[in-house]
Amino acid sequence: MLPNFAALEVGQHLYWQIGNIRLHGQVFLTSWILLGALLVFISLGTKKMENDPKGLQNLLEFLWDYIRDLARTQIGEKVYRDWMPFIGTLFLFVFVSNWGGALIPWRLIKLPSGELGAPTADINTTIALALLVSLSYFYAGLSNKGWRYFEYYVHPTPIMLPFKILEDFTKPLSLSFRLFGNILADELVVGVLVFLVPLILPIPVMFLGLFTSAIQALIFATLAAYYIGEAVEEHH
Amino acid sequence: MDSITSAASVVAAGLAVGLGAIGPGLGQGNAAQGAVEGIARQPEAEGKIRGTLLLSFAFMESLTIYGLVVALVLLFANPFS
Repeated sequence: MLPNFAALEVGQHLYWQIGNIRLHGQVFLTSWILLGALLVFISLGTKKMENDPKGLQNLLEFLWDYIRDLARTQIGEKVYRDWMPFIGTLFLFVFVSNWGGALIPWRLIKLPSGELGAPTADINTTIALALLVSLSYFYAGLSNKGWRYFEYYVHPTPIMLPFKILEDFTKPLSLSFRLFGNILADELVVGVLVFLVPLILPIPVMFLGLFTSAIQALIFATLAAYYIGEAVEEHH
Repeated sequence: MDSITSAASVVAAGLAVGLGAIGPGLGQGNAAQGAVEGIARQPEAEGKIRGTLLLSFAFMESLTIYGLVVALVLLFANPFS
C-alpha cells in the first residue's frame, strides 16, 4: 500500500504544555526547520560575494531586486528603504512556509497526534503575522508624520471616520484569513484527492497548489507594503 | 454533538462555500473578459495585464476562501457542539 502522504487532520494538534499555555507543537517544529533552512540558504549565498554573481548569489540578488521593486512601488521612493527588510522577511517566510509545507513529505514522520505541514496552515501563525503588519503600519504612520497621521482618518470628509476605524480591524482579519484559508484549502483539496484517487490525478492539483501558494505569499507582502504605504503617504 | 446540530452545520458549511462562490465566480469572469479584451487590443501589454489579473484573481478568490473558513470552522471546530 502507498504511504499516506496527506490526511484530513484539521482539528488535531501536537500539544505542548508550557505553564498555562497550550502550544501547537507541530507548527513550531516545521517553522523552526524551515527558518533554519532559509538561514543556511541565505548565509551560503552571501558568504563569498563576487562582483559578477553566480549560482546562489545570483538567485538571491534576483530576489532582492524583486522585493525592492515591490516595496518601492507600494511604499514610495521616500521611505521604502526602511521597510524593505520587513517586507522581504514577510515574503520569504510566507513563501518558504507555503512551499515547504507542500513540497516536503512531512507525512512520513509520524507524530503522536496531528501532522506536520505548512506553518501558515495554522490560524495562529497567520494572525501573528497580520498583527505584526498592523503594528508596523501604525508605527510607520506615527513615526513619519507624528500626530498628523490621524488626519488620515478624516481625510476626505469626517463621515469616513467610523469606516476608517473599522478598516483597522478588518485589515488584519482579512489578511490572516486569506492566507490561512488558501493554504489550508490547498492541503485539504490535495488530501481529499489523494484519499479518492491515490495515483497521478492529484499531481496537477498539487501544481495548482504550489502556484496559489506563491501568489498568496506575493499578495501578503504586497498588501503589507500597501498598508504601510497608505500610512506614510502625504495628503495635500 | 446532537444530530440536529451536526445536520445544520453540514448544510450551513455547504451553503457557505456554495453561495460564497457565486459572486467571485462572476467577478473573475468579468475580470478575465476585460483582460482578454485588453490583450487583444494591445498584445504587447500582455505581461503587465497577466500580473494584475492574477493578483486581482487572488483577491476575489479570498472572498470564497472566507466562506470556506466558516465552513471549516463549522465542520472541524464547531462552537455549538
